[in-house]
Amino acid sequence: MRHLMNPLDFTVEELDRLFDLAGDIAADPAKYAHACAGKKLATCFYEPSTRTRLSFEAAMLNLGGSVLGFSDAASSSASKGESVSDTIRIISCYADICAMRHPKEGAPMVAASRSGIPVINAGDGGHQHPTQTLTDLMTIRALKGRLGGFTIGLCGDLKFGRTVHSLIAALIRYPGIRFVFISPPELKVPDYITDQLKELGIGYEEVIRLEDSIADLDLLYMTRVQRERFFNEEDYVRLKDFYILNNEKMALAKEDMLVLHPLPRVNEISVEVDDDPRAVYFKQAQYGVYVRMALILTLLEITV
Amino acid sequence: MLNVGKIEEGFVLDHIEAGKSLSIYHHLQLDKLDCTVAIIKNARSNKMGKKDILKVECDIDTLDLDVLAFIDHNITVNVIKDGEIVDKKVLTLPKEIRNIIKCKNPRCITSIEQELPHIFVLADEQKEIYRCKYCEEKASESTYAW
Repeated sequence: MRHLMNPLDFTVEELDRLFDLAGDIAADPAKYAHACAGKKLATCFYEPSTRTRLSFEAAMLNLGGSVLGFSDAASSSASKGESVSDTIRIISCYADICAMRHPKEGAPMVAASRSGIPVINAGDGGHQHPTQTLTDLMTIRALKGRLGGFTIGLCGDLKFGRTVHSLIAALIRYPGIRFVFISPPELKVPDYITDQLKELGIGYEEVIRLEDSIADLDLLYMTRVQRERFFNEEDYVRLKDFYILNNEKMALAKEDMLVLHPLPRVNEISVEVDDDPRAVYFKQAQYGVYVRMALILTLLEITV
Repeated sequence: MLNVGKIEEGFVLDHIEAGKSLSIYHHLQLDKLDCTVAIIKNARSNKMGKKDILKVECDIDTLDLDVLAFIDHNITVNVIKDGEIVDKKVLTLPKEIRNIIKCKNPRCITSIEQELPHIFVLADEQKEIYRCKYCEEKASESTYAW
């Protein structure tokens, strides 16, 4: 029995198979409509996350399975002090697979070690959110036709952004990737990541302004720059416009550059960009459902 | 110069950084063993200037040396039998340490589930970096508590 705790749990070859399956699901959803008939997914969400939870539920429903679960800790037995280990032992009696989100880092791993069913980490604090990374990779592969051989710009909060760190770790396994890190100096990518890139001989540069580098990019991964991350209001006001993507900056980009965003977006991408065919962040949500469907089938060892 | 006699069977832990012997005494759980222990602090050392030495008279299988390697793998471990040194053990960093140090990351699951063992895994042998098995927080003086 396998679990998914970290996006690197799967080898590149295993991910290829997963993405092939997700691609097949996207091409012919009807073929998979009853693949999980009689199976149940438990969504154990100890903190609210509408998007991720609904994406998992949609994935299971699309496969003909059913879902049960809770959407915040207050409505679970955790509010009575039950441990994650005990909860998963009980859930294992009710469901066939579990997606767990928890504010404490490592909680899904503790659950997996005691579980009788596959556990998917649906986000644990600031630690890992592997299905977001799988969604990002799937979107890139589906729309670019490959994972590798491109320059990707990561823009915004690169210091605290969990999705950014996981995506970098996943992408460095593919050949020919070059990174451009676009962030204010306060929110630069952590040293341990740049040290690793240097060790592996992977090219990267760090810039402050998006418009200075957008013309070089094949992919642009946007994230939110939060006001509270800045040391003072003056710096925030001075820098924030550098990280807002609008049509003016899009005009500088390549015709086939893709814009991704893990969502929710606040104001870092102007609404005017939504109609640009290069803006694929809403398609990303759709690919997220396909990749979760493929993941559920893979972990349940169901073939169609 | 203080003289401490030979031991018949057990260990002589030599070249301990001066001042660390009590901490090692504690982590080897020598307080729980019913055996003779000599703690020598600030002994003169050509190599180190000052050093600590621990002499433990016990069965040689009773000690968990993994913890010793984690604390300081430069310590010399002399194994004594019949009053003679029969072996010098080379300490290597353990792949995993359990309940030796505690994760202090307030976001770690171990912060709320008290019964979980605190496990750190050797993530980088060259840089001697251990990370919490659960949250992957790096073990450093500021992030763990003995």
